[in-house]
Amino acid sequence: MAETHSLQDMRQQAAVAAKVFIQRDYSNGTMCQFQTKFPSELETKIDKQQFEETIRTLNNLYAEAEKLGSQSFIEGCLACLTAYTVFLCMETHYEKVLKKIAKYIQEQNDKIYAPRGLLLTDPIERGLRVIEITIYEDRSFSR
Amino acid sequence: MKNCEYQQIDPRALSVSPLSAQNPAEKKVQRPRRKWEAFPGKNIFFCDGRLILARQNGVLPLTLGLIVVTSGLFFAFDCPFLVEHLTVCIPVIGGVLFLFVVASLLRTSFTDPGILPRATADEAADIERQIDTSGSSTYRPPPRTKEILINQQVVKLKYCFTCKMFRPPRTSHCSLCDNCVERFDHHCPWVGNCVGKRNYRYFYSFIISLSFLTSFIFACVITHITLRSQAKKGIVQAVQESPASVVELVICFFSIWSILGLSGFHTYLVASNLTTNEDIKGSWSGKRGAEESGNPYTYSNIITNCCATLCGPMPPSLIDRRGFLPPDEAIPAAAASEMELPPFTPKSDANMCTQSTKDVLERMLHSSDFHGLCPSGNPKTSPLVQEVSSSAPATAEPSLSSGCSRQLARQAVVDPCPLLTPVAFSKNNRRDSLHSINPAFRLASPSPTLSRRALVLGDGPDIGFIPQH
Repeated sequence: MAETHSLQDMRQQAAVAAKVFIQRDYSNGTMCQFQTKFPSELETKIDKQQFEETIRTLNNLYAEAEKLGSQSFIEGCLACLTAYTVFLCMETHYEKVLKKIAKYIQEQNDKIYAPRGLLLTDPIERGLRVIEITIYEDRSFSR
Repeated sequence: MKNCEYQQIDPRALSVSPLSAQNPAEKKVQRPRRKWEAFPGKNIFFCDGRLILARQNGVLPLTLGLIVVTSGLFFAFDCPFLVEHLTVCIPVIGGVLFLFVVASLLRTSFTDPGILPRATADEAADIERQIDTSGSSTYRPPPRTKEILINQQVVKLKYCFTCKMFRPPRTSHCSLCDNCVERFDHHCPWVGNCVGKRNYRYFYSFIISLSFLTSFIFACVITHITLRSQAKKGIVQAVQESPASVVELVICFFSIWSILGLSGFHTYLVASNLTTNEDIKGSWSGKRGAEESGNPYTYSNIITNCCATLCGPMPPSLIDRRGFLPPDEAIPAAAASEMELPPFTPKSDANMCTQSTKDVLERMLHSSDFHGLCPSGNPKTSPLVQEVSSSAPATAEPSLSSGCSRQLARQAVVDPCPLLTPVAFSKNNRRDSLHSINPAFRLASPSPTLSRRALVLGDGPDIGFIPQH
């Protein structure tokens, strides 16, 4: 068995020990931001800095998606003028950023979280309510 | 009242795969089902999940019918005359407006308003565990609100029993659609859907363009009849020649007042970054107590508020209608988990709701008058009544505020448990539907709130968080 554990192996072989949920942080309003508080269940599993870095990057990406800039304004006006038919051929800015976020989470899982027996679930699969971190039992991995 | 115990949910039990309980004989080859087919809210879907509509879609066919018929009559009977005597621009402008109105209407009706998917079982267990460890003893029901600070303003987040999560700010649970909707404005029967974060801009463009369309048709019809009566020297003769114009006049005349009023009202809401729900409840009007409460979501600049609401980025639909259900989690699995963990199914939610609302109904039947919700005799109902009336609107329309407060209480009590409606309430249901015709004032039912209050008022040990049957 390889030293670096792939996600596939982990999901098939390991059992779920616990799930940690990172809740939303509403102190800046209804924007999609997650709490950066380090949960106690992860203390033995991952470095606090690493975790906070991940959450902070995610928060920045979501802020970029929801930013009220000239781009979103132009997109909104164009959509209104074309009676919103423009979205049949074009992807919205938000969707583009969501794809970026999905790629980032995949990358983080592969590089940082999976080797430690953790798995981040993309918040969009949970309706942007929580970031679900699954902690797998560390029994089938050789150390 | 039944003696219900508080039962802690064990998240480990939830991770037990339900496949073990599944009968192998039941396993057939099924085509992969999409998520919309198992959607728990009261919605109907078209085009394989691409279009969504509320099950209680009210008078949407009537709205469409009125618009199409009036415009049809206009193009058929008034336009030929006006093209001849004035300009060909008239039907062109009319046509553009008509298309815009219909497109906005269809877009509002068939777009997901911003429905929040319900919490998964693990999430709900986690939240419950957190509530339990925040210091309350096992016999007291756990608190169902959470207070947070938004822009130095205290905002209360309420727990939604149906969706099993703390509602984000500005989110409300629509009892008609049985969904939590983000930035909930109101449930519009004319449009047949909730108006929320994702379709508010379409709704706003619908009412604005409809105001222009009705004013335009009204003006053109008046011009038409005036010109005709000048030519024929008599209004009566002019009307006789073109009876369709009278029909259009009548429809437009009555619509204009309400549509223009609604447009004005929503323009005010957009400029101050408020929702109808917040405005009616007076959440930020600063009229309760000595606290200064301003709207924490406003950008304090009208233009920025308008841009944020109408031209902001378009968030995606969170309910993933067209995604495929994982084959393990199809309906048989749900049945299996129901057998294993009875307290956790939505049924228990309804049971608890039934229990508490039944108590409230019984108390109200015995002690209060429906028409005024006047507290009489039973001391248990009076705080309930006062809380309800304090949350009633104290703003703009005085005539509607009393209707709304009644609607608030009745809707809250009656809607979530239709099976339970006592005979006495059926009369009030009809009145509710009359009140609800004005779309601006159709409120989301604060039913979980009311049942929460009922639970708080009731005896502690009797009503637990999850009743054990």
